[in-house]
Parts: sequence; C-alpha cells; structure tokens
Amino acid sequence: MTSLDDKLENLAVETPKETGGVGMVLWQTTLGLAILFVWQGVSGRLVDNFFISNPIDVGRRLLGWTLDGSIFVHLWATVYATSVGFALGAVVGAVLGIWLGISPFASRLLNPYLNALNALPKVALAPLFVLWFGLGIESKIALAAVLVLFLVFLNTFAGVRQVDQDLIDGARLMRATRMQVITKVIVPSALSWLFAGLRVSVPYALIGAVLGEMIASNRGLGYLVQFSGAQFDTAGVFAVLIVIALLAMALNFVVDIVQNRMERWRIVSR
Amino acid sequence: MVAPAMIDIRHVFKTFRRGDSVVEALRDFNLNIEKCEIVAIIGPSGCGKSTLLNIIAGLYAPSKGRVVYKGSPVTDVNTDVGYMTQKDNLLPWRNVRDNIAFPLELAGINKTEREARVGAAIKQVDLDGFETRFPTELSGGMRKRACLARMMLYGAETALLDEPFAALDAQLKLAMHDLLLRLAADTRQTVVFVTHDLMEAVTLADRVIVCTRRPAMIALEQKIYLPRPRDVLNVRFTNEFKELYDSLWERLRVEYQEERV
Repeated sequence: MTSLDDKLENLAVETPKETGGVGMVLWQTTLGLAILFVWQGVSGRLVDNFFISNPIDVGRRLLGWTLDGSIFVHLWATVYATSVGFALGAVVGAVLGIWLGISPFASRLLNPYLNALNALPKVALAPLFVLWFGLGIESKIALAAVLVLFLVFLNTFAGVRQVDQDLIDGARLMRATRMQVITKVIVPSALSWLFAGLRVSVPYALIGAVLGEMIASNRGLGYLVQFSGAQFDTAGVFAVLIVIALLAMALNFVVDIVQNRMERWRIVSR
Repeated sequence: MVAPAMIDIRHVFKTFRRGDSVVEALRDFNLNIEKCEIVAIIGPSGCGKSTLLNIIAGLYAPSKGRVVYKGSPVTDVNTDVGYMTQKDNLLPWRNVRDNIAFPLELAGINKTEREARVGAAIKQVDLDGFETRFPTELSGGMRKRACLARMMLYGAETALLDEPFAALDAQLKLAMHDLLLRLAADTRQTVVFVTHDLMEAVTLADRVIVCTRRPAMIALEQKIYLPRPRDVLNVRFTNEFKELYDSLWERLRVEYQEERV
C-alpha cells in the first residue's frame, strides 16, 4: 500500500546523488574558471586570436549586446520560432499518431510514405520552406515543427498501438461508443508515450529554429552566429554560442520541471 | 410456448491457430442457461473455461456453432452482459472511485447521482478508505472487488465471472459470496461463473458443470437442489450440502484420474 510513497522517497534520495553535493559544485566551478584561464592564456600566444578569440573579448561582446538590447531581439525571435514550432508540431504529431494508431487502413495506406518522409533528413526541407513561407519567422517555425512532428507522431503512434486490448474490450462491453473508447481509453493510455515524445523533441525544436535562421533570415540567434562568422568575428560567434547553450539549458530546465510535476502520475500509470 | 433460454450454447467449437501451433479449446460444447439461473463451471486450469465466457461475451467468435442470447445469435460484443475477467481490467490511470464510476460515466449519468451510487457500491464491496487509490496500489483481491463493484453499477442482466474470488481470503470470500447471492436475487440476474473451488461452486450455484481437460467438453452436470435464499455461512454444514459435495468430489476425482491415464 505504501509502494507509491516508497517510490517517491527513492526518487528524492537519488536526485542529490546525480547532481552532486556542494563539494561537486565547487569543483565544477573551478574547472570552468580553469578553462577560461587557459583559454585566455593560450589565445594570442599559442593560437592566433583570429581562431579562438578570448574570454575577455567574448564577455565584452555579450555585455555590449546586452546593454544595447540587440541580443534580445534575436533571442526572442529564436524562442518564438522554437515554441510556436514545438506547439504546432506537437499538436499535429499527436493527432496524426492517434488517428493512424486507431485506423489500421490509414496506417497501412500511408506506411511507405511516412517511412520515406521519416528517413528524409528534415533540414533538407529548409529551402522549400523558404520558398513557401519567405524569409520571415514562418519558415523557421515550419522547420522546427516538422522536426518535432515526426518524433511526437512516432511516439504517439507506438503508444496507441500498445494499448491493452482487454481495456478496450472492457469498455466496449460497458456500452462505450467508439468516440468514448478513443477519448477515455486509448488517449489516456497513450499519454505517457506522448509525453516521452514531447520531452525528446524539445531540443529538436531549437535545432530547427536555429538552422532555419542560419539558412535565410535577418534575425534570430542562428542568423547572428552566421552573420558573425561571415564577418570573421570570432568573438561574436563564441558569444552567440554561449547564448544558444544557455537557452538550451533553460528549455531543458522547463522540461524537467514539467516532468517532475508529472512524475507522480507516471509512476501511478505504470 | 416456452420462452427461449437466456444463454443457449449450441455445438460450439473453438480452435486457436497461431503459426503452426493449433490449440483446440472447446469441442462441441452444448449448454442451456435459464433466466435467473446461477451456473458454476469447474474444470482443470487452461481447459477453455475462459474461452467459453469470452464467446458468450462476444469477444471471440466460435470456430463452429453459435451462442444464442435471449433468442438472437451473438455476433458482436454482447453489451447485455457484465463481464468480470480473470485478469482485472481496471484503467490504471483512474483511481478506485473513478474506475467504479466508469460505466455510469459512459452512460452519461450526472455527477451527483454517480457519486451516490459509487459510494454505496464501494461500501458493499468493503473498499471504504481506498477511493483515491490507484489500481497499482491495491492488492489483487481489492482489485477484484473494485471490478465487482463496477460490474454491479453497470447493472447487466447477466453476469459472467471468471474466477472472481480466487484471490480473496476466507472471510472476505464468504462476504462476497453473500453479496453476490443477494444481488443476483434482488436484480434477478443470471450468473455464469468459472471457479476452481468446488465448495464455492456448490455454495452459490443452481447447477455445476464439470469440464474435461482441453478441449473442454461437459464431463458431468449436477443440479444443486439447495433451497434459496441460501445462508452462505451455514449452508455448508447441512447434510444435503455434504452429500452433494461428496458425490461431486467423488465423480471429479474419477474424472481427473481417467484424464491422467
């Protein structure tokens, strides 16, 4: 009867071990500072400043962009394309996954085409999206959405296929309509698979947005890193990379929070 | 004019094929079950008893023969029966209360009435205090009782039960026997249940059907002439009960010995 409490307790015990204690944080900080120190020392002495820039220049660049606010325009463009693309891809992927999952005919009919589309590197679609949606944010949203769509679709489809036939039979014996079987048995049962798909696709939304910006646009972090590179501005490239890394970590953090909230439900639904 | 039987099983065969392996579960099974009758089906495990219930419920189609339910052949899921399967099929993401309420929710019954009826059913199966627990947090016996409560609320005219009380301790089993008999009498329900327990079969049933090893055929049939209503606690100490039990046991023993040779 206390099995749930036990599991939650185990989780609580395991978490600090993974992240490490205060001592580990200290070591991690020391390592970071050491890297910066070596980087600064090597730059201009052993390796040309042109190739690796140096932490002081990169820091100055970051500070300058932050003070004049220009970085926020680009950051916002990327965050916007990532989140709208994610939401769009997630919804379409989930709906498609459920529909094909419950319709053997449609899934068999579309199977070869879906396999071909799935095998296709989605980034190769970028020029097409530029043609269709122009240089604006829409083409970046489309690229992010397509990457997310397939991941979410495949997970949801697998989840729907895994639904316990006994549960469906039980509901049908209790006079459930087809719609009720879908909304009250199939969808809730596939939900943990859907969430798994959503979780793994968050970084891909960011990849799609940044890549789209690199190919053709006039704003966004992807544009900025591309532009800095074209200007031979190594410090600028490193500065944007740091911003992208921070954004990715922030997204992961949000995903972790959402997942922790769902943890109790996930244990229970096993 | 005699009214048609509640469940009329006519020359039912069932063979499962998976690849090269062929399993014959039922062979020429014939059985007539009257309205309000309580029938116990006993047999060795894996003999095809569950298959028979699945066919009555319309979840499996027979390979040959047919099941006629109240005069019309069963061709699709039979929603006139409440079916309590051997493996409990509670929805894992719903707690006990919401699981038991499921049939009422499907029927579109409003929340207030639902809560009142679910509360009463939970009391009857002695699950008070576990309303908000999830199926994974319950013991096997508790899950069975939740299934029983859910079936009660569905309120079908026929109940199919596959080893409903196997996981319960002795006292609880008696309480559930009593509950089942009272409900069946109150709602004039027809009951078909599968069991391993001869004591349970004689206590509850009007008729005991003993099956052979797979493929299941009827080895013998015994009417249980014990009067109703029965007192599940004391009926087993009466002489009539003892005589029926002993004679069935004797014939079961012979049946199984013959099978083994």
